[in-house]
Amino acid sequence: MARKVGKISPFNITALALGMAFLYLPIVILVIYSFNASRLVTVWGGWSLRWYYEFFNDRAMLDAAWMSLRVATVSATSATLLGTLAAVGLVRGERFRGRSLFSGMLYAPLVMPEVISGLSLLLLFVALNAERGFWTVTIAHTTLTMCFVTVVVQSRLASLDRSLEEAAMDLGCDPVQAFLSVTLPLIIPAIAAGWMLAFTLSLDDVVIASFTTGPGSATLPIRIYSEVRLGVKPEINAICTMVIALIAVVIVIASLASKLSSSQGESAAPL
Amino acid sequence: MSTRRIFAQPARYAAIAPYVWMVLFFLVPFGFVLKISLSQTAIAQPPYVPVFDFTEGWAAIKAAFAELSLDNFRLLVSDNLYISSYLRSLVVAVTSTLILLLIGYPIAYGMARLPQRWQAIAMMLVIVPFWTSFLIRIYAWINILQHDGLLNKILLALHLVSTPVVWLSTDTAMYIGIVYSYLPFMILPLYATLAKMDPSLLEAASDLGASPGRAFWLVTFPLSLPGVGAGALLCFIPIVGEFVIPDLLAGSGSMMIGQTLWLEFFTNKDWPVAAAAAVALLVLLVPPLLLYDRLQRRQLGGAN
Repeated sequence: MARKVGKISPFNITALALGMAFLYLPIVILVIYSFNASRLVTVWGGWSLRWYYEFFNDRAMLDAAWMSLRVATVSATSATLLGTLAAVGLVRGERFRGRSLFSGMLYAPLVMPEVISGLSLLLLFVALNAERGFWTVTIAHTTLTMCFVTVVVQSRLASLDRSLEEAAMDLGCDPVQAFLSVTLPLIIPAIAAGWMLAFTLSLDDVVIASFTTGPGSATLPIRIYSEVRLGVKPEINAICTMVIALIAVVIVIASLASKLSSSQGESAAPL
Repeated sequence: MSTRRIFAQPARYAAIAPYVWMVLFFLVPFGFVLKISLSQTAIAQPPYVPVFDFTEGWAAIKAAFAELSLDNFRLLVSDNLYISSYLRSLVVAVTSTLILLLIGYPIAYGMARLPQRWQAIAMMLVIVPFWTSFLIRIYAWINILQHDGLLNKILLALHLVSTPVVWLSTDTAMYIGIVYSYLPFMILPLYATLAKMDPSLLEAASDLGASPGRAFWLVTFPLSLPGVGAGALLCFIPIVGEFVIPDLLAGSGSMMIGQTLWLEFFTNKDWPVAAAAAVALLVLLVPPLLLYDRLQRRQLGGAN
């Protein structure tokens, strides 16, 4: 099925170029303006790192950033563990009772409006009399992001050749050994991608965190959100740029990791 | 085959921990939402009268059932604020989904026609913004759309307008924000179906005398409908409950259901009404969720 190259029309190219410009220009502009020396966000006053210094002297912002990093790390790790187990159960567990409820519960949060997930978890925590703060936000984020991990790992697992596991078992491995020594190394790129996705989703969430956190433990997005409601501030541009840089590093590591570990050239897309 | 069955058993055990987790932190909380949506508002901490109190035995539970009230739901259907925010959510979601289709389709179509090597890069480029923070992307637009922001500067410089246009706190700004945030969700399923399509079908159509436009409408578009459906639902469902984008970009005039829920919960501290709004929103989303589930199953079934 030889695809004729050169069948792309100028219309196709224009659509693509405009689409990409639409997706990327706003972020580029934000990053450029974070290096603006002027206090007025819209007037260009030359290059400067002033707003970055400002951030590193802003105690409340720093606390929120630290809280967010801790929540994202812990919740992404537990979500990866649970999500991988769920994917193994769904793909390799064949049919079992309650399977459709299980997959339904794992798919629904992917599209469920965050206000519903946030409110329902909060009502649970209140009923349990749990003190709201770091742990409640972490549990909430774990619940949401493990579903994304499941999807990522599941698609990789489903595309694996099962005869590899069967061969390992014919050679005397028990199922757990076969999984650990054959399957796991093959799905590690997907697991890594899942962890990074969970990490960035947690680092990004405002709504669920607002519902499930307590007084005095705001996450970075909650702080950013309350500042943004009051208008544009150059310091926010600087913080956003640093978050983007952090996520960019994460993406680069993710794609490098998946390139290194998948020798067949079958790279695991981040999603 | 028997090795498969041997493998299935421990794999099922693997599912136990996530299963319990999801029941505990996803399913059970919905029970609480339902319960509180049926209870009375109270000025207390937490601000509602508990409906069930299992500590007081069977008689108390029976009494509690008698006290369950649909008052909050009656309020939802009788108060204009709720009806209008319900309707607005639907209108905004439908309109945004249509705009997303109109913008996303040509992009996905262009991607599918790129040479193989470039397709992977284009897909990467569409996915990356999904990874960068959603809140930051909305904030980036506030930068551009504000009174003396870049958009107005460009429009003034080009003499397209004589005075700065008010963009922020308008529906236009909200639609820009929604389209911007959800565009990858629309492009990816569309691209997935368009890329799978056999180009010889189009050659056959043109051999039989169809113009490119006719071939598109008679062949390409009908074959891409599963992707259109998946993309539309993937955007429609979360947009209905969207909170952050309308809150930051739209005016304060009329609210979407997600904003109403937020307002009742955080500002008015009326938890029962907020819970009732959540139940109402959920009911609204059940048909599209089921439809999406069916589409997914059919596609997975076709792939295996």
